[in-house]
Amino acid sequence: MRSAPSRTLRALPTLLRIGVAETVAYRAEFLVWILTTTQPLIMLGLWTSVAREAPFAQYSSADFVAYFLACLIVRQLTGNWVAWQMSEEVRSGAMAMRLLRPLHPFFAYAASHAAAIPFRSIIALPVAIVLLASSGAGALTTDPVQLALLVPSIALAWLITFAVMFAIGALAFFLTQTMAIANLYFGLFSLFSGYLMPLDLLGPIAGIARWTPFRFMLSAPVELITRTLDRDQIVRLLGGQLAWAAATLVAALVLWRAGVRRFEAVGG
Amino acid sequence: MTRYLRLFALQLRVSAASAMAYRANFLIQGAMSLLWTALALLPLIVVFGQRDQLAGWSAPAALILMAYFLAVRAVMEGMISPSLVDLVEKIRSGSFDYVLLKPIDAQAMISASHYEPWRVFDLLGAIAIVIYAFAQPGAPPLSLPHLALGIALFVAGVLAAYALWILCAAASFWVVRLDNLMYLLGAIFDIARWPVDIFRGGWRFVFTFVIPVAVMTTFPAEGLLGRLHAGKIAAIFGGTLALLALSRLVWRTAIRSYTSASS
Repeated sequence: MRSAPSRTLRALPTLLRIGVAETVAYRAEFLVWILTTTQPLIMLGLWTSVAREAPFAQYSSADFVAYFLACLIVRQLTGNWVAWQMSEEVRSGAMAMRLLRPLHPFFAYAASHAAAIPFRSIIALPVAIVLLASSGAGALTTDPVQLALLVPSIALAWLITFAVMFAIGALAFFLTQTMAIANLYFGLFSLFSGYLMPLDLLGPIAGIARWTPFRFMLSAPVELITRTLDRDQIVRLLGGQLAWAAATLVAALVLWRAGVRRFEAVGG
Repeated sequence: MTRYLRLFALQLRVSAASAMAYRANFLIQGAMSLLWTALALLPLIVVFGQRDQLAGWSAPAALILMAYFLAVRAVMEGMISPSLVDLVEKIRSGSFDYVLLKPIDAQAMISASHYEPWRVFDLLGAIAIVIYAFAQPGAPPLSLPHLALGIALFVAGVLAAYALWILCAAASFWVVRLDNLMYLLGAIFDIARWPVDIFRGGWRFVFTFVIPVAVMTTFPAEGLLGRLHAGKIAAIFGGTLALLALSRLVWRTAIRSYTSASS
């Protein structure tokens, strides 16, 4: 018998291959699904119009372009729909099949969603080029440390988002109205993550937003690339991401453990 | 005609009954609606905290436009989208055959087959915003003819949106697994929350003529505010009718190429 971690590691390449195959098989849906992330572009339309004549609170039109295109890229790379998938599988009873496998479903789902990232990059990369070309390097950071930390920052944002969505999916074991929770989550996310506007424009809400996990899912990597930060700020940004990644991961796994005990396969 | 009205009323009653069976859910949805309305207003509140106009729209005028957006969205997401998602499912499973067999127009039958009654909260929120906007100091005066025009243009906006959704639904006869095309349309419709004047050149053309989101919110709001001249009003209604006719035509062509999934 092998130990659980080595079993998981051995299964990982296969899981990733399956994930890639799934994405390729449903490529049309996948593409349409990706294109539905229009929110940053819609906000971009508003804010660039607002800043057209004069900068709006230190943000020029070019700053807004850089900010929202960066939002779009981070969202493309970190978004997932695992909560929907899980609640559907709990309802239909398909979850029972997953429980039979000698592998924690968190890894199975995570691998399948991680495998889609290259395809998401294909969409996100041209946007990144447009971002560089249109708003110029002026609105982006040139600090090599910040640029280097961008990859781990996006990875942590992905992990926090995935853990939260997994936790919401695990709620399907307890509740039938998981979608309402997911809806509420997305509302809070829009408010506190910087999805609607840069957090400093939020006034009194900004103080709260800075401490919420939502900020570390989206605003953190975006701040890292669009702003020049001092070392203290960078440490706090990445430290906050690490702390929230650990907290949400533990919460997701605890919720899963508690929930799976209540699971009675439907229609099985 | 009365037959169709009776059918719609019946379908509404069935949906309402099934929604009332989950009363707690109804309350949750109401609270959700409040949250989303607040979120929709937030960017406007921030902008008008520092500016007194947005692309030529004053704060009360922009609020009225947002109310139109919320109202059109309430109708689309409360009635049209759920019905068409239902249709895509019927096409996939083959049970659309039964719809075609019924002695009633298939488009009418599926256009209102499924409601989400709690969207009424969004509609009430929209009306409250309009009343609030007109009560603001500096709000434009409201006259009865303009109110009538505003309501007529609201209907036109909803019909234009409906026509686009039907065009999408017709596509699902050829490409069955394109139901998330509906979500894409919903995501594009989101642009209607801002006046079309914030866009310049090409984009304004696209959002006025290609994907006519301007017809759904900007023009009705201008109508209610008394800013439209007769020629433009005629063009809006004419354009909406043309779009409806086109969607009907495409629907009829599509339905002819329907081959049941079950056989």
